[in-house]
Amino acid sequence: MEYKLITLLNAAKKVKGEKNNYRLAVLADSASQLLAGAVKGYGALQGFPIEIFEADYDQIEIQASDENSELYRFKPQAVLLFMCTQRLYEEFCRFTDKHLFAEYTVNKIFKLQEIINKRSNAVIIQFLFEEINDCIFGNYGLKVQASFAFQIKKINYLIMEKSVNSSACFPLDINNVKSKMKEGIFFDPSLYCSSKMAISPAALPLTAKNVMDIVKAVNGHSKKCVILDLDNTLWGGVIGDIGMENIELGELGIGHAFTDFQMWLKQLKERGIILCICSKNDEETAKEPFIKHADMVLRLEDITMFVANWEDKASNIRHIQKTVNIGMDSMVFIDDNPFERNLVRDLIPEIIVPDLPADPALYKCCLESLNLFETASFSQNDRERTRQYQTEVGRIQYMSDFSDYREYIRKLDMKSKAGPFEKSMFSRIAQLTLRSNQFNMRTVRYSEADIERIAADQRFLTLYFTLSDKFGDQGLVSILIMEKRADALFIDTFLMSCRVLKRGMEEFVINSMVELAKTNQYDFIEGEYIPTSKNQMVKNLYAEFGFQATGANKYKLDVKKYSQRETQIQGEDTYDSE
Amino acid sequence: MTQNEIYERLNKIFRETFDDDSIEVTARTSALDIDDWDSVNHIALVAEIEQQFGIKLDVKTIAGLNNVGDIVKAVENNVERNSESAPKNTNKIL
Repeated sequence: MEYKLITLLNAAKKVKGEKNNYRLAVLADSASQLLAGAVKGYGALQGFPIEIFEADYDQIEIQASDENSELYRFKPQAVLLFMCTQRLYEEFCRFTDKHLFAEYTVNKIFKLQEIINKRSNAVIIQFLFEEINDCIFGNYGLKVQASFAFQIKKINYLIMEKSVNSSACFPLDINNVKSKMKEGIFFDPSLYCSSKMAISPAALPLTAKNVMDIVKAVNGHSKKCVILDLDNTLWGGVIGDIGMENIELGELGIGHAFTDFQMWLKQLKERGIILCICSKNDEETAKEPFIKHADMVLRLEDITMFVANWEDKASNIRHIQKTVNIGMDSMVFIDDNPFERNLVRDLIPEIIVPDLPADPALYKCCLESLNLFETASFSQNDRERTRQYQTEVGRIQYMSDFSDYREYIRKLDMKSKAGPFEKSMFSRIAQLTLRSNQFNMRTVRYSEADIERIAADQRFLTLYFTLSDKFGDQGLVSILIMEKRADALFIDTFLMSCRVLKRGMEEFVINSMVELAKTNQYDFIEGEYIPTSKNQMVKNLYAEFGFQATGANKYKLDVKKYSQRETQIQGEDTYDSE
Repeated sequence: MTQNEIYERLNKIFRETFDDDSIEVTARTSALDIDDWDSVNHIALVAEIEQQFGIKLDVKTIAGLNNVGDIVKAVENNVERNSESAPKNTNKIL
């Protein structure tokens, strides 16, 4: 997945100027043409066409402060802010109260971010500073507040700290890029001297990749599930041959390579990535270490779905994908065996199958360097995800015991709570708009700041929906954003988590939507379906619910003619939306 | 490495960099002959040459590269210098 710089630059040249291209502005205080070209090329090669606006060299403040600047006329969706360490150093040398340099600098940067975000609504991709030690004090500089070595680390820290509470700012870890470079150098003094380029050509592809990782995450592309092989992937040796006592884990053989890898996977799970097993083994043999082995880090409760049998892996992966109901392109398959990897790649081109190095000690660092799990949000709900999917898998297995689906649904004892957006939910709601691709009528992506704005805006009515049943609480599963237009309520956003499909939630939400319209004295509801490559499943949804087509993918519902649909979901504590 | 070999490899790099398979470089080929050969692409071109030949050119040399003939000379000088001072690298270069 790593490209050569010239491949990127040539791909960039071929991007056609289309209306729907993503608009990215690049503001830098060093020469950034090649960086911009590399990002554009990276996007093109990943099927994500980008339009770039590049401010003239060193125009950051002018572009940001003038309301009518080219920057704002470009209407950027993301702004890349790249101030280089070399310029920072010049400023540091002139600065008198050196121990206050970090606060001063970060304040300036955040004022800049704020004004850009306010005027353009764009997210900010803020490059951290390349950390250098000018060795004026040597290592002792780390003990001296007024040294550059100290201040630059502090600046990076303060940027991260401030970004915690800013929904617009996404820091980019340039020092991680630097540490991951396989050949060449990150900063080339000769090149900086002659061309004012602060990142060497050799480092541009990886830098561009990181920019695109963030851009794509902000636009709802993220990995949600890892499917793992067992033998020689999670432990050393073939358990069916050598037995549980002899698999390499912990102190045995190169066992630490595997336990370390498992620890990393467990961290992923705790941040909301669901883990599944797909192994060619007898189920009982395969599960034994998860229950009994003292050095296993991963336990059965960490695994959402455990598939061990002798079927081919592609079929098993399809089965997992259908059961957990996550897009195939959000899944990553990890297997030490090149044969299995190729088979899966061949039969399921959408899934990501990273090549693993032969040495298990390198598994973790290889996967780290791919940065597969970039995300644009993190909420409390993420920690709960494994449990939620586990209950879903349990539910599906329970369902196969019922011949009558309706009977099954009725016995689930489902309850839903609904109400206008509340502050505590903003991050989860924003996340739903970013993550939901299938059941999403218009696929409008919102940041947390956008949601906050909408919740407070009198022109909008909002509703969230939770769902719980006898297996557990699914949390927030659906949202509505309704825009009050002159003669109708317009459905700006209607999306639902795919975990809860076909349970009568659609009926429940649309019933509530009609009630909301009535309460607010609207006779009509207008809806729109914006097709994407992923939301075919809701193409006819409005028609199925009695909306009349008024144009291509545009619909209108006469509220008076709507009769409440049957659903097994009980409303609880439903608040009136004002 | 003979001059011919250098020209051959440079020709390949030029075709790839400027995405044009009709390019045939000679000692006199300069930015005037290739549309996309501007100051920015020059940096990408030099970076690619450095990487392919396993050499590092200094600022003055880069600034003095006016045509392909200059590039060939610079490559020759640096490959030689590298092979004298660091014989281990020669394998990589040749």
